[in-house]
This record gives sequence, structure tokens and C-alpha cells, in this order.
Amino acid sequence: METYSFLRQFADSWMLLALFVFFVGMVVWVFRPGGSKRYENQRNIPFRHEDKPAPDDAGGDDDDGDDAKEK
Amino acid sequence: MSNYFKLIVLGVITLLALIAANNARDAAYLANALTVALAAAAVFLWVLRNTDEPVARVDLSGEYLDGVVRAGVVATALWGVVGFLVGTFIAFQLAFPELNFEWAEGYANFGRLRQLHTSAVIFAFGGNALIATSLYVVQRTAAARLWGGNLAWFVFWGYQLFIVLAATGYLLGATQSKEYAEPEWYADWWLTVVWLSYLAVFVGTLVKRREPHIYVANWFYLGFIITVAMLHVVNNLSIPVSIFGSKSVQVFSGVQDAMVQWWYGHNAVGFFLTAGFLGMMYYFVPKQAERPVYSYKLSIIHFWALIFLYIWAGPHHLHYTALPDWASTLGMVFSIILWMPSWGGMINGLMTLSGAWDKLRTDPVIRMMVISIGFYGMSTFEGPMMSIRAVNSLSHYTDWTIGHVHSGALGWNGMITFGALYFLVPRLWNRERLYSLSLVSWHFWLATIGIILYAASMWVTGIMEGLMWREVDANGFLVNSFADTVAAKFPMYVVRGLGGVLFLSGALIMCYNLYMTVRRSPAVAAGNSAVPAE
Repeated sequence: METYSFLRQFADSWMLLALFVFFVGMVVWVFRPGGSKRYENQRNIPFRHEDKPAPDDAGGDDDDGDDAKEK
Repeated sequence: MSNYFKLIVLGVITLLALIAANNARDAAYLANALTVALAAAAVFLWVLRNTDEPVARVDLSGEYLDGVVRAGVVATALWGVVGFLVGTFIAFQLAFPELNFEWAEGYANFGRLRQLHTSAVIFAFGGNALIATSLYVVQRTAAARLWGGNLAWFVFWGYQLFIVLAATGYLLGATQSKEYAEPEWYADWWLTVVWLSYLAVFVGTLVKRREPHIYVANWFYLGFIITVAMLHVVNNLSIPVSIFGSKSVQVFSGVQDAMVQWWYGHNAVGFFLTAGFLGMMYYFVPKQAERPVYSYKLSIIHFWALIFLYIWAGPHHLHYTALPDWASTLGMVFSIILWMPSWGGMINGLMTLSGAWDKLRTDPVIRMMVISIGFYGMSTFEGPMMSIRAVNSLSHYTDWTIGHVHSGALGWNGMITFGALYFLVPRLWNRERLYSLSLVSWHFWLATIGIILYAASMWVTGIMEGLMWREVDANGFLVNSFADTVAAKFPMYVVRGLGGVLFLSGALIMCYNLYMTVRRSPAVAAGNSAVPAE
């Protein structure tokens, strides 16, 4: 099969499916249970470090960022 | 020690640029080679003067790198005025062709100045605004100083050099005739180097972030940087005719070249003028309104939907051409689906003000941001509508397109950038507040009325022109010649020029206001707990 036909067929089938599944999966993931609490924390990021970077030792205690200690 | 190495490299660049200038085959190449030699020599002297000087080792990791953002803010304002000025001038050139002066023929006629205008506003004004704000935002939301030390300064000055090379090249006739991608091969190569450095600074800062989550504004900025790198490289695949000349030949040809060009062209709109500026919206609107973004979930869906859809919309620029029907239908369908993420994003931006709508009355800066989101919604409604094949058969090649572009560029990109500048200047120069809020109001109204004059006159003239072109008499003959449509458009061209004058005066008022903010506004009193910066 020539390159064009192969790419065209692939784009119309598997690639389309893969992109579509990724997209739908993303939407489902956004609405997962327990997500809201996390997003509540994340949308407040712009209000935290206005003047200077966080010090070296901060942020090491919790990797997934769902502690709402700063607000 | 590294300074000696730098001096050798800079010296070699200066020498090579001078050799290139000596062998130049055309005026544009000559001017550009001399510019490069001058720039390299200036940096050489600067490095030389700093060599073997005692260096004070200061730990700067506890501070943000804001000098480059300040420079970017100044560059944005200045290039903005240049771009608006050229735009206003060429608007009057169209209304009054005598302004294509005899003595400047071949340098300052409409055909040469037009791309100077588009590149100045999109890449010089918009690009500097994007680079400056992204470097500001990524530091604040990653809670880390910029990665790469002075690499950010290289990005800033390298980008200015690219702008100067492109601008002087245009005036002297260097263009590869691709809309929004006019600069010739060596300028393209240079921009690639600068852009990859920009990507490195941005990603490096994200990697060393202290905030566990990457805030959504950075996703938009990163999407913009990566996609523009890809678009730029693919659309500028060309082979120079001579290493000592500015002319190059495209690798693609025919309809493939047209498709690649508009894949690039529309995504320049989608990622440069939309995704990047949405990054601004998601940071500066919440900050100015002092409320977090309306829905963080919507912002994530907005991002992925925009990224997934925009990349397919390009073929709608090529309806009724040699492009296969299926491709132009694909472009049209994806353009229409784009309504959803665009309006989702608009609602997210506007609703950020819910509960704080009274700020619209008291704060002209937030008013500016809100009207920019309004224009975003309007132009992202108009665009998909114009991409529908039946509508496009009327609107294409008319001034309606130009009106659409300007309601997006002046309304959305311009206004959100002005809002960001008004937000940034007091903070970057450590001032309590802006010099004058009433001058911001003046700017707001001048710019808004200017855009309305512009867009309304272009709607009228565009639709009129489209209808005149297709008008046939009872025997099936065309009624109007092309010159008839040009004559009929004169009044609207004058109105458009006046709109430009208003928009330009607003920008001049902004520059005065920002300058006076830096010079006159009271400085912020040092907080008692904070250690002074120096």
C-alpha cells in the first residue's frame, strides 16, 4: 500500500478512535468523584506566591496537592 | 572563563556576518547581515566590558526574575504603537492612494507596509506580550524562579533581533509570500533557535516548580509554545537559492503548499492569538477580579477541546480552490464545532466576575478585560459562521474577512494585553497604583469606539463588495467591474481609518499613563516582615 493510502486509512480509523477515547476519557476524568475538592485548591494557585518563590523545603510534604492548608 | 568562549563566538559571528554582507546578492540580505554584525558586535563589547570584573555571588533563588518581564512590557507597548501606526497609515493608503508616495515607491507602498503592519502587531506586539506575561505567570504559579539564568534575556533580545530582521527585510523586499510567515529563511532559522530556548526556559521552570499542580494558564502557554514551534518549522521548509541571498524556494508546491500554509495560518490564529492569550485570561482576569476562575473543570475541558479542534480548521481558508472537497468540508465542520470550546472559555472568563460585577463600575482595567472576552466571544462566533461554505462564497476575498480579523485582534488580543499591562506595570515597578484611572477610561472608550468603527465599516463594505461581485443582469452578465467596487468602498475606508486613529490615540494615552506610573506613582511602602530586594 502506498504511503498516502496507508496514512489516510490509519488516520480515519485507529488514530481517530484513539484521539476520541482520550478526549472522552479526559472529560470523564475531570468529573470523577472527589475531583471538586482538589480543583478548589488548584484554582487558588494564582493567589499564593505573588512576591517571591516558595522556599526550598516547602511543598515536600504532600505531592498531590489536595491539602487545603493555605486557604 | 566562559566569557572568553563567548567573545570568540561573538567575534566569529560578527566576522561571518560582515563577510555575508560583503557578498550580499540583494539589498534586504545586505541590510540584515549588517544588522546581525552590529548586534553581535554590540554584545561582544558588552561581554568584553564585563570580563574579568569581580562578580558578586548572590543567591537569587529567593526572588523572581522580573527584569526580563519589565523589558518585555516596554517592548510590548512600543511595538504596539509602531504596529498600530503603520496599520492606520496603510488604512489611509487604501482610502487615498496618493499616500503611496512616488519617492518611496518600492519601500513604503502598501504592498511593502502591509506585512510590516501584520507582523508588527501579531509578532512584535502580541509576541512580546505573550513572552513577557508567560514568564511572569509561570514564575508566580510555579512558585519558582525562571530556569536557565540569563537564557530568558537571550530569548528577549533574540526575539527583538528577529523582529528587526523581519521588518527591515520586508521594506527591502524579502518575503516568501506566505501570509503571517513572510520572513525569509535565515530569519526563520534564527527564530527557531530563539523559540526552542523559550520552550526550554518555560519547561525548565515548570519542572522545578514548588506548586504540585501546573496551573491551567501554563497549559495554554505551553500548548501555544509547542504548537507554534511545530507550525513554524513545517511551514518554513524551504531551500535558499544562495547562502548569500534572501530568496528561498518552498519544498512543498501547489495545493500541498497552500494547505500547509493555511494549516499554519489558521493555527497561528488558534495557538498564537488564542491559546496564548487565553493563558493571559486565566491568570490576569482572576487576579484583577480578586476571585478564582469560575470553574476549574471547565477550564481543563476548554483546554483539551481547543487543542483537539483548532488544528483541523485550516482548510476553511481554501473553499472553492483546488483543495479536495472532503478536506474543506472537514475544515468547515471542525470550525463549527469550535463554537463550543470558544464559548465555554468565554463563559468561564466572564463568570469569574460573578459576585463581583460591581467592579465593572469602579475598575476600568477589569472593564477592559471583560470587553476583550466579549470580543473573543463575538469573533469566535463570527469566524465559524464565515467558514460555512455558503457564507464563505460571499465573504471570502472581501473586507468582511479583514473586519473579522480586526475585531479579534484589536478587541480580544489588544484589550486583554492592555489589561495585562495595566495590571503588570504597578507590580513590576513596585508602585502602589496606576498614575491615572481616568486615563485608563479614556483609553478604554477610544479603543472600543475605534474597534466598532472599524468592524462596522468592514461589515458594510465587505458584504456590499461581495454582493456587487456576484450581481448579474437579466442576460446573465456581471453588472459591476472591479473598479466599481473599489470606488463604492471609499467612504467606509475613511471610517475604518478614523477607527484606527482612535485606537492608536488610546494606545498613546496608555503609554503616557504607564510611563507616568513608573515615574510618579508612590512606591509601595516596604512591608515590615519582608527583606528588601537588594
